Amino acid sequence: MADSGSEYIAVIGNTDLTPSESENNLKNTMVEKGTSLLKKMEISVAEAEKRTGKNAVNMQETYTVYLIETRPVDAASEGTNPVPDSLWRRYSEFEQLRNYLLVTYPFLVVPPLPEKRAEFVWHKLSADNMDPDFVERRRVGLENFLLRVASHPDLSTDKIFYSFLTEENGWKETVFETGFQAKADSRLKALNATFRVKNPDKRFAEMKHYGDELQSVISQLLRVRARAADRLYGVYKVHGNYGRVFSEWSAIEKEMGDGLQSAGHHMDAYAASVDDILEEEEHYADQLKEYLFYADALRAVCRKHELTQYELEMAAQDLTSKKQQREELATGTIRTFSLKGMTSKLFGQETPEQREAKLKMLETQIEEGEELVKERNGECEEFVKSAWVDIERFKEQKDHDLREALISYAIMQISMCKKGIQVWNNAKECFSKM
Amino acid sequence: MSGSVVDNTVSSGNSSAAIPTDISGQILDLDEDDDLEVFSKDTTLTDGSSLNASMQTSSASMINQYKFEEEEEDADTKDIFVTVDNPESHVTAIETYITYRVETKTTRSEFDSSEFEVRRRYQDFLWLKGRLEEAHPTLIVHPLPEKFVMKGMVERFNEDFIETRRSALHKFLNKIAEHPIFSSSEDFKIFLTAGSGELTSHKKQGPGFLSRMGETVKAVAAAVRGVRSRPQEFTDMQEYVEAFSQKISSIDKVTQRIVREQKEYLEELKECGPTYALWSQSEEELAEPLKNVAGCVDKCCKETDEQVKHLNDHLIPVLHEYVLCADTLKAVLRRRDNIQADFEAKTEALATKKADRDADSKVLSLAWGSLVGRSPEEVKQQKQQKLKGEIKEMRDELDKTEDRLEWANNALKSDWTRWQKGMRTDLRSAFIDTAERNVSYYEKCLAVWESFLQSQRTDAEGNGNVDFS
Repeated sequence: MADSGSEYIAVIGNTDLTPSESENNLKNTMVEKGTSLLKKMEISVAEAEKRTGKNAVNMQETYTVYLIETRPVDAASEGTNPVPDSLWRRYSEFEQLRNYLLVTYPFLVVPPLPEKRAEFVWHKLSADNMDPDFVERRRVGLENFLLRVASHPDLSTDKIFYSFLTEENGWKETVFETGFQAKADSRLKALNATFRVKNPDKRFAEMKHYGDELQSVISQLLRVRARAADRLYGVYKVHGNYGRVFSEWSAIEKEMGDGLQSAGHHMDAYAASVDDILEEEEHYADQLKEYLFYADALRAVCRKHELTQYELEMAAQDLTSKKQQREELATGTIRTFSLKGMTSKLFGQETPEQREAKLKMLETQIEEGEELVKERNGECEEFVKSAWVDIERFKEQKDHDLREALISYAIMQISMCKKGIQVWNNAKECFSKM
Repeated sequence: MSGSVVDNTVSSGNSSAAIPTDISGQILDLDEDDDLEVFSKDTTLTDGSSLNASMQTSSASMINQYKFEEEEEDADTKDIFVTVDNPESHVTAIETYITYRVETKTTRSEFDSSEFEVRRRYQDFLWLKGRLEEAHPTLIVHPLPEKFVMKGMVERFNEDFIETRRSALHKFLNKIAEHPIFSSSEDFKIFLTAGSGELTSHKKQGPGFLSRMGETVKAVAAAVRGVRSRPQEFTDMQEYVEAFSQKISSIDKVTQRIVREQKEYLEELKECGPTYALWSQSEEELAEPLKNVAGCVDKCCKETDEQVKHLNDHLIPVLHEYVLCADTLKAVLRRRDNIQADFEAKTEALATKKADRDADSKVLSLAWGSLVGRSPEEVKQQKQQKLKGEIKEMRDELDKTEDRLEWANNALKSDWTRWQKGMRTDLRSAFIDTAERNVSYYEKCLAVWESFLQSQRTDAEGNGNVDFS
């Protein structure tokens, strides 16, 4: 294969890639996207620590905090390597940041956080949030989240995001002052409301459908994978019993003893190797999970479009009915049912003065309505335009990342097979000496 | 010959030498006195037809017989080839059963022709095994597959069951054919060559039910009596067999558990491929790699399936055979013990009788004799004559038993070495085979995933994806 010198080729060519290496490759890809933020600053979530403190209801609680480190890019390249700026944040603060971004940029597919609780577990993994493996994977996930935001052309310029990275104290107050919390609540309500849109943009409808499918299929894949991992663990671990029995058996044999004993050691090694194998697979599962949650973010954007479209349609509908009312009033014909019309029929027509007043009011309302429709229309168009750009960007990112994930999955399988070949070849040699 | 009797008992490293050496001293006396033929063909023990002709020679050469040389079972020296195949079911009014074709090709002179083909059913194999065990109670007969597999609700006429059984029967006959003593057995020859009518009538001969009952009663009595001073090497053997039995059973169980876990893993894995395929239907750019991955997972499923089958068809039957072997060994050791117990009992009885004879030359019988009006000399003469006769009979019986014991011990010792070699060879090659198969499994899966990587690499270059710089 001709070496085109691209890093991508290098990635596939090296089938001994470890998960941390492929993680670095992903980071490099994001960094090289070259937002201005990432050009001047290195971001990482370096550590996790347990803390205890009093919570909102004055009870003792244990929680984990994560160390966010930032370092100016120039300094690192100069080789001086100064101490990075750092601050500690809890998961709930990350959540606040994300909620803020969601309401501030509803037309963007906002990167997801790592899961709040461990799902799709198989028996070995603990579902406990305090479990060190879970905490470690969450640390990686949080770093990933920050890098995703930092590499987004729009999100990376947000001031609140910047101060999240750099201002330890006072960030909470700053973000509260934006009033995002109230917006977040109403947004949630709106998104969950049921309403029917008459003319949604076809592309968004398709995207929403795609988001549903993606979510469903990735969930299924994660479930199946977790069950298979559980079983594979069993297969490997039972081989450990060979180790024990061979060892005991070798004690009663003369010529066969040595061969059996050493073969037994290899069986133990085989049984032990599954721990590393499945840990690597968890990394793959995490990559899938990110896009499971991304699917949710994608659906949210489509939903928001529906909402803006709906509001536009409502405004337009309202305007039309007001115009109709004006027409009726002017011509005296009653085409539309209105309470006013009925009551006037029953209790007599209005006076010309009353009609004048009413017409004037309607005119004002119609003027306002037309303004509103124009405004909403503009909003809608704006939204569709910016959202679609981001959706396209997201699509490209997803295709690239998931393809990389599949490739790293293949690399993992290859590594697992190589280990298997080695162990069984060793065992075979020992058996030959029996 | 008597000299070698002493040698044998001494060389067996017998620590509690009390009885054997005492007895052997007395036997020496008797031998010199009575000039008895030490060894005789004992027809009550075995069916004459299965006795090896060489057994008629003196025990010295017989002992040599059992020092099986280093057997190089080259294809060159092998002069008999037996195959078991072609199972067929037969339906009669009373029952349905399976017969197997048994084909023999041989250059041995004792066979009338060089090729034979017969059909045999499981019962016939059972009969053969029984005959060999009767004729050689302390030789190790390779086990037959079990009568009926209860676990897993396997039907008698299930294809897999029949194939497993056929394979085990094939191994059984080949083990018999390889055995220096068994392969010369007349029963074996008839089994391989006789038509079904001839076989049925031959089966009817041989020790009847009552004689076999007699043997069983003797065996039970001996077992109750127990062995006083088992030679150390047989105690060692027993300890070994106990431990071996445990270990091989464990390995059998572990292997079966592995098969179960693998099958369950396979069940889950089978759902992965279709999920990737389903996903590919929603995607555009990703559709191809996803479909590709789905295909890879499906291929790995197939490989896993075959690997499990191999484990089931090759390793498990061998392990199972040796689990049964352990039971055979225990039985052989028991039978040997029974023979020794019998010998010890008879030895005691003889000693008692002799003591009687010596004691009788004292006063007691004289007193009795005077009561019945015979002269003390007469009485003494009569008594002595009677005792002498009884002692001679018992001595004869004891000699036969002693020979039987010696024969049994030597047979066992030689066959034991032979068995150990065979066990080592069989298990070693079964484990090597399994390891090779596992390597092959991983190699095949490796190739599957590498070809996926290759295809992605080609794709990347083909599409000129600049994104991945």
